[in-house]
Amino acid sequence: MQETVSDARPGPEPAQGRSGAQARWQAAARTALPFLVVGVLWEITAHLGQFPPRLFPPLEDVAAALVRLTVAGILPRHAAETLLRLLVGFGLAAIVGVGLGIVMGRSRLAEDVLLPLVSIGAPIPGAAYAPLFLLWFGLGNISAVLLVGFVATFPIIFNTWTGVKAVKEIWVRSAQAMGADQSRLFRLVILPGALPYILAGLRLGLAQAWRILVVVELLAAVPWGLGWLIFGAREFLNTDVMLAAIVVIGAIGLVLENLVFRRLEQSTVVRWGMMVA
Amino acid sequence: MSLQRTMSPQRLRSIVRGTLALLLAAAAYEAIARSGIFPKALLPALPKVAGTLLDMLADGSMLRHAFYTLARMLAGFALAVVIGLPLGILMGRVRAVEGFFLPLVSALMPIPSLAWVPVFILWFGLGDTVAVLVVCYAALFPMVLNAWSGVRSVNQLWLRAAGAMGADETALFWKVMLPGAAPFIIAGLRQAFQRSWIAVVGAEMITSSDWGLGWVIYDAKEFLNADVMLASLAVIGAIGFLFERLVFGSLERATVLRWGMVWATKG
Repeated sequence: MQETVSDARPGPEPAQGRSGAQARWQAAARTALPFLVVGVLWEITAHLGQFPPRLFPPLEDVAAALVRLTVAGILPRHAAETLLRLLVGFGLAAIVGVGLGIVMGRSRLAEDVLLPLVSIGAPIPGAAYAPLFLLWFGLGNISAVLLVGFVATFPIIFNTWTGVKAVKEIWVRSAQAMGADQSRLFRLVILPGALPYILAGLRLGLAQAWRILVVVELLAAVPWGLGWLIFGAREFLNTDVMLAAIVVIGAIGLVLENLVFRRLEQSTVVRWGMMVA
Repeated sequence: MSLQRTMSPQRLRSIVRGTLALLLAAAAYEAIARSGIFPKALLPALPKVAGTLLDMLADGSMLRHAFYTLARMLAGFALAVVIGLPLGILMGRVRAVEGFFLPLVSALMPIPSLAWVPVFILWFGLGDTVAVLVVCYAALFPMVLNAWSGVRSVNQLWLRAAGAMGADETALFWKVMLPGAAPFIIAGLRQAFQRSWIAVVGAEMITSSDWGLGWVIYDAKEFLNADVMLASLAVIGAIGFLFERLVFGSLERATVLRWGMVWATKG
């Protein structure tokens, strides 16, 4: 980048000269600026009175709703139920998906049999299955968890399958030549070799599960859950509650993506030098 | 390539086995459906599903549902491309734009588009606007992020060479930058399409429109019409598959594959 080169020279030099703290402070300020601008615009729009405040609440109302619901313990309970559903569904998907993916990657027969079935199921959006699952398993938690798991399974299968097939032939051969038996070959060569792909698949699966869970909670009419909170608040025109719940949903998504998976990647594939951080 | 030719008998066996597996799965489903363990309304036999599908295709209602869904999806998708592509390119080219929008994009991206549906319903009322906006929200982020990384990953040598040969800014943009970023942009279009396809089906269920594939499925639940649900699922899957293979596949063949870009960027 031409402009990066010319930009970088005059900018950070004085800041670097003093200390890293100031540079970090500047970076934080630069990140905060766009949020400040959007927040101020939102406030101006809300206070102009163009829209009814019930529908377009000022930010202090949203913050108040967030604090009120958190203190009352309502918001944490909704979030906990949603997370529990996500984790159970995703756990099921991880076990089934990684298992099937590995079998498909190792056995030609399993690949030939399963691949067409998986390829047909995968492109249909998860939400479209929702009414069918409700019909079969009834309203409530079972449908929600199964649907979330079902949706998350496909990317995990595909990535695991690709990963197992992408393990270098020469690693397998040399391990065999050095006398590794089937179980050690699997545990020490194939599983670590396929891990970057498996992790990518788990990440994709979790993201899909998270995206579908909100609407599943509405359709399955579960008593607690962030999705249900949003849709329930609509009935009473509580836009501040809806926005507060959306903030929590965004925050959880950000944490899952950045903290959990980046940590997991750091401690495995990046540390083994299989991937650049 | 020679590898593929020698694998040909093995490939044939794969196809035979795959077909057998599909037939077997269909037969197993049929056997369970006919055994009467589960009520017929919940688990209809395959000929009934096929019959429903043909009926709905023949009286034109399925086509109309598909048309409405596609129209909503394409409107939102087009909106997302019109906003997201220039924004992503600008973010890749101008530091200030990147600094301003990147934090916003990263904060809004993890919020599922369907979570906005109730808020949008309050703001814009029930109906098509909500579905289009939700689709746009879903498709926007993959578009922006891919265009942004695409522009940044254009080979520096190409830019310098074009500059040295006297290309001005516009020529540089149209002849080097845009084709150079094309693999990423096409990947972004693909991802954006998948996301908007999911979003439109979900949004239709919640916004209760009169027509639309998502609505048919949801509505069929009320009347226990599992055959209608399965028929609509088949249509949804077929449309998604067609778009993925025909539209994006041919787009890729006409541009980046023909230019040898997909290999050039890796090499």
